[in-house]
Amino acid sequence: MKYSAIVLAVLVVAAIAFVVAIARARAAQQGGSVKMHSRIGYYGWYAAIWTLLPALFLVFVWVVVEPIGLSRLIRAELPDNFHTLNAAQRSLIVGQIETISEGLSLLDPAGLDTLKKARLGFKPMSEAQQVLKDQGIVLGSAPEGYAVTAAVKLRDAREWSRMILAGLVGLVVLAGFAYSISSIRPRLRARNFVERVTLGGLIAASLVAILTTLGIVLSVLFETIHFFKLVSLSNFFLGTVWDPRFSAAGSGGAEGQFGLLPLLWGTLFISFVALAVAVPVGLFAAIYMSEYASQRVRNFAKPALEVLAGIPTIVYGFFALITFGPMLRDLGAMVGLNIAATSVLSAGIVMGVMIIPFVSSLSDDIISAVPQSLREGSYGLGATQSETIKRVIVPAALPGIVGAILLAASRAIGETMIVVLAAGIAANLTLNPFEPVTTITVKIVSQLTGDLEFDSPQTLVAFALGLTLFIITLALNVYALYIVRKYREQYE
Amino acid sequence: MEHQIVQDASIAEVPVAGPTITARDVNVFYGEKQALFDVSVDINRNSVTSFIGPSGCGKSTFLRCINRMNDTIPICRVTGDIRLDGENIYDTDLDVVELRARVGMVFQKPNPFPKSIYENVAYGPRIHGLTRSKKELDELVESCLEKAGLLKEVHDRLDEPGTGLSGGQQQRLCIARAIATRPEVILMDEPCSALDPIATAKVEELMDELKANYTIIIVTHSMQQAARVSQRTAFFHLGKLVEVGDTRQIFTNPRNKRTQDYITGRFG
Ligand SMILES: Nc1ncnc2c1ncn2[C@@H]1O[C@H](COP(=O)(O)OP(=O)(O)OP(=O)(O)O)[C@@H](O)[C@H]1O
Ligand SMILES: [Mg+2]
Repeated sequence: MKYSAIVLAVLVVAAIAFVVAIARARAAQQGGSVKMHSRIGYYGWYAAIWTLLPALFLVFVWVVVEPIGLSRLIRAELPDNFHTLNAAQRSLIVGQIETISEGLSLLDPAGLDTLKKARLGFKPMSEAQQVLKDQGIVLGSAPEGYAVTAAVKLRDAREWSRMILAGLVGLVVLAGFAYSISSIRPRLRARNFVERVTLGGLIAASLVAILTTLGIVLSVLFETIHFFKLVSLSNFFLGTVWDPRFSAAGSGGAEGQFGLLPLLWGTLFISFVALAVAVPVGLFAAIYMSEYASQRVRNFAKPALEVLAGIPTIVYGFFALITFGPMLRDLGAMVGLNIAATSVLSAGIVMGVMIIPFVSSLSDDIISAVPQSLREGSYGLGATQSETIKRVIVPAALPGIVGAILLAASRAIGETMIVVLAAGIAANLTLNPFEPVTTITVKIVSQLTGDLEFDSPQTLVAFALGLTLFIITLALNVYALYIVRKYREQYE
Repeated sequence: MEHQIVQDASIAEVPVAGPTITARDVNVFYGEKQALFDVSVDINRNSVTSFIGPSGCGKSTFLRCINRMNDTIPICRVTGDIRLDGENIYDTDLDVVELRARVGMVFQKPNPFPKSIYENVAYGPRIHGLTRSKKELDELVESCLEKAGLLKEVHDRLDEPGTGLSGGQQQRLCIARAIATRPEVILMDEPCSALDPIATAKVEELMDELKANYTIIIVTHSMQQAARVSQRTAFFHLGKLVEVGDTRQIFTNPRNKRTQDYITGRFG
């Protein structure tokens, strides 16, 4: 029996409970002569929740626990020589058993018979493989006899488990149904119950988001700790050379140099150039849009600017690589500057263009939120429009604007595609904006692509880099929020 | 009650002077909706004129025409002719910024800038370069706060944000801010609606003092206040100027039935 069938059945019963409960509540109302605590619909939800939630919880527990139990069972079933195999081979066989057991239900009696004979040694195993293949179940190699035996066991155990589940769910559903329907009377606080369950659902949703974040952070953290067991802290944080060497699978951990500084510098340098482009342009655009532009211009220009934010960054990347980088190089050559085709400058400028809408759109909203009465107060004292903007509006909106800029900055720091294409992949500790550099994100990508051993420092360094990046952007965001909060109430 | 008002009004001597503001046939539209109909009125120099009338009758709207504050409302359209010392303020040549420096305003809702108390008052003088030294500016700020009756409460915290003051204190700060710019005309839209009787008395005293040099227009919902502080009173109703005249005459001997009903509290 499939989980989906069980869940569907539960839903049907819950719907019935809903309808029955409403009918009961109507009856209890006695044509309006009795005052009910809650409105009728709440009684319906009350019964539906009582029928649905415990059963769903049970199914959830099963989904988590059943595979663990089954795999214990199967392992106990397998012969000793299985346990001497290495991890990869073992997981291969377990996978095979899974596949066969799912295929069993598709076989006709003749097929099952072939399988049985093969298992007992009367027919070659390759014939069993063929029979399964005819039903669309492809195995990498002919299975061992014990694998087929285990598969049969697995199927049987699973069917049993599902039957038990169906029985239990049936009991729980009926109990919930009976309890909720029988407890419906005018004084029942159905509304409060439904409200509490709703609240619980909302809390659960937030928990999922928070726990996921926590899980990601923790897994990165553990891999990072693993990395620092292989490579010293000072090598990573203080090293000025990035040269991790290659370690092909199996070659052993060749000691490389994992200096963070060139990457961090590249990241900050490019972000700095990007902000130098985006902040003035974005801010002035925002001021124009919110303070000067007529409604017609605004209606057109604001979405047009926001389109910039919708362009995939890879597109900016090739724009930088194919058009802008070479153009910059040629321009430089004309005035006698030696600008590489991939350089800090070209990546930074293109990235700056990319984050203009983040600065402008947010700042625009923030500036527009400054109360009109402040503008009038300033005009009323004979201030010009630009004096008003400079002395009243921008100062009032400044915390929000700083927040917008910091958010844009964390966007720039996390950006990868533009940098790969436009700034190169050479880790370079340079002050010269005309030379190529690379960033943390780019190196994370290059350390994790290719045929690499997963627990070598060459791979694990990606986690250390990721965590560093995460901490930088987190700090920026927290600081941005702090600033925004601190000044938010100023003009309220 | 009425008798009392008459006595109060008689305290203020009516100075005779030529009009400084003349409005003729002013119509104001918010989009399609007309808010003012053919308003014509003269405002005398160096005196206090009060605008009274029920809520929504267009007092604020007319006040905001005089310093062209309605320009900031995109849907608002003004027709007619308003002159300040003979100069048409809706002339295309006229510089609104200069106009607003000459015609200061205190708004119905207090709107201090999110800056320190000091900076709020110093705002106008700074923009217009009214003072030559820091010391002079300090003195100006103090004297304006003093005139608005706020100095005693805030003298030791001039660096704190003006938005942290109470509503009534904020309103007095806005008054101090307006007079710091040294305008010729001061428009006050219900300046005392958030003030206690003591602060109200201070502001009224201030108006009395200021009228020697300034032309003041005040919108008020308090008949007593209009009677106490103003020399002339204009009564608005449903977007029309119903009656305008000497305060004493309006309160003792209104020509129009609607004026009489309003000041005796029969509607409004
Ligand atoms: N910005 C605006 N947009 C559209 N209509 C407006 C606007 N401001 C005012 N009005 C309308 O113009 C009319 C006059 O408003 P106004 O603010 O001048 O009244 P008021 O006499 O000052 O009232 P109150 O004593 O309540 O302040 C009202 O009907 C109002 O709805
Ligand atoms: Mg008003």
